[in-house]
Amino acid sequence: MANEVILLYFWPSMFGMRTRMALREKGVEFDYKEEDLWNKSTLLLETNPVHKKIPVLIHNGKPVWSDKNPLLPSDPYQRAQARFWVDFIDKNMYDAQRKLWGTKGEEQETGKKEFIELLKTLESELGDKTYFGGDNFGYVDIGLIGFYSWFHAYEKYGNLNIESECPKLIAWAKTCMQRESVAKSLPDPEKVIEFVTEIRKKIMIE
Amino acid sequence: MAERSEEVKLLGMWASPFSRRVEIALTLKGLPYEFSEQDIANKSPLLLQSNPVHKMIPVLLHNGKPISESLVILEYIDDTWQHNQILPQDPYDKAIARFWARFVDEQIYVTAMKVVGKVGEERDAAVEATRDLLKLMEKELVGKDFLGGESLGFVDIVATLVAFWLMRTEEVVGVKVVPVEMFPEIHRWVKNLLDVDVIKKCIPPEGEHLNYIRARMDSLKLKSV
Repeated sequence: MANEVILLYFWPSMFGMRTRMALREKGVEFDYKEEDLWNKSTLLLETNPVHKKIPVLIHNGKPVWSDKNPLLPSDPYQRAQARFWVDFIDKNMYDAQRKLWGTKGEEQETGKKEFIELLKTLESELGDKTYFGGDNFGYVDIGLIGFYSWFHAYEKYGNLNIESECPKLIAWAKTCMQRESVAKSLPDPEKVIEFVTEIRKKIMIE
Repeated sequence: MAERSEEVKLLGMWASPFSRRVEIALTLKGLPYEFSEQDIANKSPLLLQSNPVHKMIPVLLHNGKPISESLVILEYIDDTWQHNQILPQDPYDKAIARFWARFVDEQIYVTAMKVVGKVGEERDAAVEATRDLLKLMEKELVGKDFLGGESLGFVDIVATLVAFWLMRTEEVVGVKVVPVEMFPEIHRWVKNLLDVDVIKKCIPPEGEHLNYIRARMDSLKLKSV
């Protein structure tokens, strides 16, 4: 029986990137449909009526609204740790990075400090391991790496140098980028910069 | 299979919905545990050591190893002690259960907090917004005894936040956020919950709880003056 997998996504979204990486790591073939978030398709509105947001994975016609949990360790304690760190990323990264490129003055400075602190906390959690999961690319790596495609945009608009602050994290990111699933799922950082430039025009008065 | 020297300790707080949900899970699984009431205003070295990132309760210590974040703890409990499963087995159903749990914590909770924390027009707006979210939960309950289906599950445990915290706050705030005419299914579900022994045992006693909520609200008002 054919296994039909469709992913509704929006190319700059780090959350969509996670789902694409996970599917590729698992060797699952999928079709994808790019959504215009300012003009949502009927399919998106029907399959995620609660949030009307991407990503949505449709497996044999049944929508799964949040990204599935791939590549978790088998040991319950390690799984809990992995879930904890992705929860940490989800609760903090998005808001901090948003301040970095989407605000000015004091608010931006605060965002910058928060963002660097977050990266440093994550860097210390990584320690000397190759991946957050240890020797194997896993759940937390997938949870964080999408943000890497936005780093050039953060550096440009946030006026910072991430590598000098968190060299180990950058080294980790480059290791992840060697994986096909990651390289294929992350957008070109230059395109992200263009995207952010456009959004800034809409939301900010220069 | 539990080892004889299994040590389970919960760093929690009697009035916290996040702490109580872990107690519900442990009790459902019949797991003995040591409860350690934490003073949030004066955090213990053990708490700070066990959850250095967030410095918050609940924290579960299993044979000395800490696990933080209530949803993470619930999944850990289900993974470690596999009898009386809290989450559904089927991956699709599990994903949906996780979705609704996050909805309660990230949407309903955040919006409902504004009902308590704001006054006047801002409060009215928060009540409206909370009701809009609850309507989605109301729909989920049609034809079901529990959010988990025929019996209590993961989402029910998480949503006790609505049944025994949001709805209890109504008395203190003086606003019927969840009127029975608008939310008959939710009211029916709360009755079903109260019929479950484990729930009755694990929720904070109503009188003391209302006093606590009142006291907290008063202190919040004082701070904003």
